[in-house]
Amino acid sequence: MDINFSAQDLEFRDEVRAFFASEYDTKVAESLSSGQGEDYKEAIVAWQKKLHAKGWIAPGWPKEYGGTGWSVTQKFIYETERGSAGIPDVVPFGLKMVAPVIYTFGSEEQKARFLPRILSSDDWWCQGYSEPGAGSDLAALSTTAEYAGDNYIVNGRKIWTTFAQFSDWIFCLVRTSKDVRKQQGISFLLIDMTTPGVSVKPIPTIDGKHSLNEVLFEDALVPRENLIGEQDKGWTYAKALLAHERTGMAEVADSKRMLTNLKQRAAAEVNGGQPMIDDPVFQMRLSDIEMQLMALEYTELRVFASMAAGGMPGPESSLLKIKGTEISQAIHELQLQLAAYYGGALQGELSNQQLGHNFAAEARKSYMYGRAATIYGGSNEVQRNVIAKAVLGL
Amino acid sequence: MNFDFSEEQVMIKDSVARFVRDEYDFDTRRNIIHSEEGISRDFWSMFAELGWLSVPFAEEYGGFGGSVEDLVAVMEELGKGIVVEPYVSTVVIFGGLLSAASNEDLKSAYIPKIIEGSCLGSFAFLERQSRFEMADVATNAIVCDAGYKINGEKTVVINAGTADSLIVSARTSGEQFDRDGVSLFMVDATTAGVSINSYKTMDGQSAATISFKDVVVPASHLLGAVGQGMEIVDKVMPQILLALSAEALGIMATLNALTVDYTKTRQQFGTPISSFQALQHRMVDTFMACEQTKSLLYRGLCDANKIVVDPSVDASELQKSVHALKATVAKYGKLIGEEAIQIHGGIGMTDELNVGHFVKRLMTINVAFGDADFHQKKFNQLSYSTISVQAS
Repeated sequence: MDINFSAQDLEFRDEVRAFFASEYDTKVAESLSSGQGEDYKEAIVAWQKKLHAKGWIAPGWPKEYGGTGWSVTQKFIYETERGSAGIPDVVPFGLKMVAPVIYTFGSEEQKARFLPRILSSDDWWCQGYSEPGAGSDLAALSTTAEYAGDNYIVNGRKIWTTFAQFSDWIFCLVRTSKDVRKQQGISFLLIDMTTPGVSVKPIPTIDGKHSLNEVLFEDALVPRENLIGEQDKGWTYAKALLAHERTGMAEVADSKRMLTNLKQRAAAEVNGGQPMIDDPVFQMRLSDIEMQLMALEYTELRVFASMAAGGMPGPESSLLKIKGTEISQAIHELQLQLAAYYGGALQGELSNQQLGHNFAAEARKSYMYGRAATIYGGSNEVQRNVIAKAVLGL
Repeated sequence: MNFDFSEEQVMIKDSVARFVRDEYDFDTRRNIIHSEEGISRDFWSMFAELGWLSVPFAEEYGGFGGSVEDLVAVMEELGKGIVVEPYVSTVVIFGGLLSAASNEDLKSAYIPKIIEGSCLGSFAFLERQSRFEMADVATNAIVCDAGYKINGEKTVVINAGTADSLIVSARTSGEQFDRDGVSLFMVDATTAGVSINSYKTMDGQSAATISFKDVVVPASHLLGAVGQGMEIVDKVMPQILLALSAEALGIMATLNALTVDYTKTRQQFGTPISSFQALQHRMVDTFMACEQTKSLLYRGLCDANKIVVDPSVDASELQKSVHALKATVAKYGKLIGEEAIQIHGGIGMTDELNVGHFVKRLMTINVAFGDADFHQKKFNQLSYSTISVQAS
């Protein structure tokens, strides 16, 4: 057993590392982390355009549509380097969520119309799945699309829609047939956000930011050409997408970097004259996390190695999302604990210097926003149901 | 990158698995435990014939020349049968210390005997006061005309009752806790002044309190340089911890499988209890615990292999990995054992069912050479002590 990469793969790693070091400079990092609202969109789009110019924006896509043509190993290396460098992932809704559905199930016209603008980040997408009455039980959704002439008339409400306020397009699961098994009457529809009858209402969240929204559809007219594949087959397409989404959810490299930061912060934070990193109780909490992360790193490598060898990921792949999110939450939690009193401060315009602390605001926000990680993408309870059934045969 | 066992390793793994499946069922094991010696000499001879006793030893002593990875392959399967024959004591620990020692005469005298099955060995290191600190040695060895005279007492010496020879840690210089000054001696169990009081342990094996009264051993029975015994122990410890963890992994996987199967057949409220979500989620957690343990075991193996390829590699990565592994084995072993009993319900409490016996072996592995807290503290020292130095 070994975790060695080939010489060519190491060369590739160096190339990726060098590109990130020169292009993702402190200016990009600052504009991304300080960005609020439209500033954030501007900053992330600028970064994604850099990646696009380099040809690295869509490693997961087939080469013919603009993918990189990288091997499994190269994709893995790229992701690891990105996480280690502290670079945020691309906004997934267009590039990682709707695009695979379009290039797999869409028509030639749809591919030509949508894919290039997703690659270039000229179109911003959001995901219209969850509804007030359809969360984990997604197939219970009730937003309707009634076929009339050459259009669908869409009525209903989508909720928890991340970045709908920035979006040009939304991909939706809508009900097109009733009186069939609930999974069977669902269609996959692409909707222009400027369509009359579509409106967005912000949902402020506990981290004090605006990322979530409610999207309302009131007699919104959507042309039939925006239907993906066949009517009533949307559930099948969405499920294929979920499988695509599941790989690479452990975010080990990101967690490793957060843990390294946390350790440095714990060395600087002092209690009774003693650095927190030397506190025996704090050390136990830290190593509880670090040892789990060391295990998860190898679980991810095991999954990757079997895929690189051309096989299917083994049953261990199913735990990546659960463990990955539990570990990142545990890091957020310990970081907030480290910030102590300052963690409660709503800093506003106050500088770190004036507040008297340099990471408290980030600690609070990432703890609060981080709670979502075990809810989205299939809650961790649903993930456990899936493993119980698919892996343990219960 | 590769996480597969080699063809050769798969072969030996399969052969151990076949033995456990076909010849070492639960009743056979029970009869062995209740026999006079508590082990099967016939099976031990068979292990020798099949070459299992030669796995980690160098070819120059008649060994298979295997790596720690080969050893792990064997141990995982032995764990699935909770095999009570003293493979860990004799091959992994006693043999491991010998292999790491520098005394060539001792090595060529003893290793071939281990391989042919005619020498069982134990490592006598623990004392009443020493808990997990192996350098806390009060037993002393004083120079005399014939070599050294050993006086003192060792406790919980695993499998000493059947051992032909003992490796004994004794202080030749320094104070009680000093690492320098601990020496390792080869002492035959029948040497005058050695008295062995054996008792059974809950995992179906045995241990003993041994007193050493003016036990004379020749200087040629020193395993290495005088006073440098801890170096040998440190050198072989990662291998011991990896092997024990592999055994534990085999047990964990078996307990999980037994529990999942049981819930599919046990009916309550008119339905198999496997349909209850409260139980499903607990079994998913124990499944994940087992996979994460396997990942840490493989991490340890990769680190160990790296050092074999390039001895100049920083050994602290391997040390961190095995401390994390052993701590995790203890924590998750406890979780998996307790959940197995709980989910089996009343039947899980019975001596008749195999589950409790798997759990008891896990429990003894969990304290062997340090429990979860001990290894986590060691991990913390290695990982975090340097950070504050850098910051200050």
